[in-house]
Amino acid sequence: MKRVFVRLALAAVLGATASVASAQTLNTIKQRGSLNCGANGTLAGFGLPDSQGRWTGLDVDFCKALAAAIFNDPNKVKFVPLTAKDRFTALQSGEVDVLARNTTWTSSRDTSLGLNFTAVNYYDGQGFMVRKSLKVNSALELNDAAICVQQGTTTELNLADYFRANKMKLKTVTFATADEALKAYDASRCDAYTTDASGLAGERLRLANTNDHIILPEIISKEPLGPVVRHGDDQWFDIVKWTHYAMVTAEEFGVTRSNVDDQAKSDNPEIKRLLGTEGKHGEALGLPNDWAARIVKHVGNYGEAFERNVGQGSALKIGRGINALWNKGGLQYAPPIR
Amino acid sequence: MSAVDTGRSRTALIYNPRIRGFVYQALLCAAIAFLAWGAISNAIDNLARAKIASGFGFWHNTAGFDISQTLIEYSTTSTYGRAFWVGLLNTLLVAGLGIVLATVLGFIIGIARLSTNWLVARLAGVYVELIRNLPLLLQLLFWYNAVLKVLPEVRDSFLVPGGGLLNNRGLFLPQPVFHERFLAVAAALAVAIVLAVAYRVFAKRRQMRTGQPAPVLIVAAAMVIGLPLAALIVTGFPVDFTYPERGRFNVRGGIEVLPEFMALLFGLVIYTAAFIAEVVRAGIQAVAKGQAEAAYSLGLRPGPTLRLVVMPQAMRVIVPPLTSQYLNLTKNSSLAVAIGYPDLVQIFTGTVLNQTGQAIEVVVITMAVYLTISLVTSLLMNLYNRRVSLAER
Ligand SMILES: N[C@@H](CCC(=O)N[C@@H](CS)C(=O)NCC(=O)O)C(=O)O
Repeated sequence: MKRVFVRLALAAVLGATASVASAQTLNTIKQRGSLNCGANGTLAGFGLPDSQGRWTGLDVDFCKALAAAIFNDPNKVKFVPLTAKDRFTALQSGEVDVLARNTTWTSSRDTSLGLNFTAVNYYDGQGFMVRKSLKVNSALELNDAAICVQQGTTTELNLADYFRANKMKLKTVTFATADEALKAYDASRCDAYTTDASGLAGERLRLANTNDHIILPEIISKEPLGPVVRHGDDQWFDIVKWTHYAMVTAEEFGVTRSNVDDQAKSDNPEIKRLLGTEGKHGEALGLPNDWAARIVKHVGNYGEAFERNVGQGSALKIGRGINALWNKGGLQYAPPIR
Repeated sequence: MSAVDTGRSRTALIYNPRIRGFVYQALLCAAIAFLAWGAISNAIDNLARAKIASGFGFWHNTAGFDISQTLIEYSTTSTYGRAFWVGLLNTLLVAGLGIVLATVLGFIIGIARLSTNWLVARLAGVYVELIRNLPLLLQLLFWYNAVLKVLPEVRDSFLVPGGGLLNNRGLFLPQPVFHERFLAVAAALAVAIVLAVAYRVFAKRRQMRTGQPAPVLIVAAAMVIGLPLAALIVTGFPVDFTYPERGRFNVRGGIEVLPEFMALLFGLVIYTAAFIAEVVRAGIQAVAKGQAEAAYSLGLRPGPTLRLVVMPQAMRVIVPPLTSQYLNLTKNSSLAVAIGYPDLVQIFTGTVLNQTGQAIEVVVITMAVYLTISLVTSLLMNLYNRRVSLAER
């Protein structure tokens, strides 16, 4: 954090704040030979390195998709693990090119931090986890409960709002990292632990006795999570945004990791434009025309990434729910590529 | 003639070292001010161009988050400015108490290290070596987890004599509610303190005159405890207590001491006391052996020798490094972040910075606060140091 701050201060003073100096993020990344991706380092399903240092997660795959589009190599990414509290400073200062760290899109983050949210790669909402032995069935029974929470999150604010709106008394215990907050909850310091529902699913698995804990039914907020970039580089903003849309479009038209080469021969004009066999849609972004084909080949479409990381192919087993495609009853909807 | 004169005085001015020094200083100051102004205005420009909010307007915006320990009125609808004060007071509380307790413990252990009792000296030595050589962060995490592990759940709370409760949510003490008649008790205490001081002065004078020592400590203690106690009885105990009670989840009512606070205070005191002990040992050993030997040969026992002859001289050596230990303790209290104690760093450079995104302003304010605390501590200690160094002959 100290390092990040010094960097931001120096950059601001010397007139080289990354967003000002470089409307040239793509070129910088190409010259560097790798993408710097701000990620979650401890959240199963979204961002987590394994014992061999291999990163997995939905947000991790998003950065891999970006690297695939730029370098045709999903491994040209350097993942920088960031805590909730330090993530924005790291992006502002140019420490990372993109922040894909289960970050909620809110108006103040979008407007006063000098950042832009690009798209929503996971629609989430905040929930509560409690010990079964408490015999609590609803969040509305938590009056006077002690609740462990992580600092620098929307979670912290929603929690205060929810208790105030329902005229309940609250005892918050705030920690700098999710790890510490969860440990304190596990040591019975708090009656409940609260964070994004997706996070709860992942964190519950890390507790000593997973089955002693339940997740309450209430979802108390909207948490649209998505990748963030710095203000001031529209080209890079477009690339990040359309990387997500390409993955969603690929799912919509049934283009998968295994069939992408065959689909390149498809007669469907939508698929032809997506995979770059027709039109110059990649060039317009500053990328090769087969940019989306590279993404799907190396990482897969949105549905594949979802199932692998948080869905049935993962330990979390989260259903598609509102993250299903728009034509399957969900909210994932990509503008047309044309 | 006169023209030559002024000419000579002008050259004299240039060669006058005082004036030249002054001019150089002024030029340097101007250059620094110019650079600082340039840096600041450049920073403001850049932040504006990057569309990052700047300035101190955020101070009055609603904070919206909850804080577990607040010494002043605070709610989720209070401002960021209010949150800043809450954090600052929490820092001052833990640092202030920590300094007092670490000093007491440090002096005891430092003196124990030089004890002629082999076991006592060895134990003190082991303490110092062990504690000084483990990272503080590790110790804090250890104490925090130990506190949480050892203390029971709310429903199995330990009962503290007098109506308190102790569990993994903290220590809860009965909260006194004072009636008006309690003023008499407070007055009795004030009178007792004045009397005790007066007695000490009197006893000292008499000892100077006649050589008769007086049991100052016992008499003073008797007065300071006895008089208010008598007043309490006479006024019919004009204090009520509201007792903490177990609720469904937590304890309600009473004075609350958080486990995070206990762990942080404990950790800081244990750690800093080890360093203070070394400072004290070094200070005592710096006093020439002959001083104590002379005192013994005058017939003074070891206690008074230490108190009246050795310590006053040792203090000259002890105070400056002691000051650094106080500053260290204050700065180390920011490790609170790791165990969820809401100190200034946790609240202000944590949540407030993250929510406002105004890293530069927030960090500059925080640095200014720590600098001020450090300077004030140094100043006070320097004043004290001047007093003790007067003892030098
Ligand atoms: N979506 C929320 C919360 C994000 C968040 O930090 N969540 C926690 C719990 S799911 C987390 O990722 N913690 C992992 C860590 O900090 O290491 C936000 O953007 O503020």
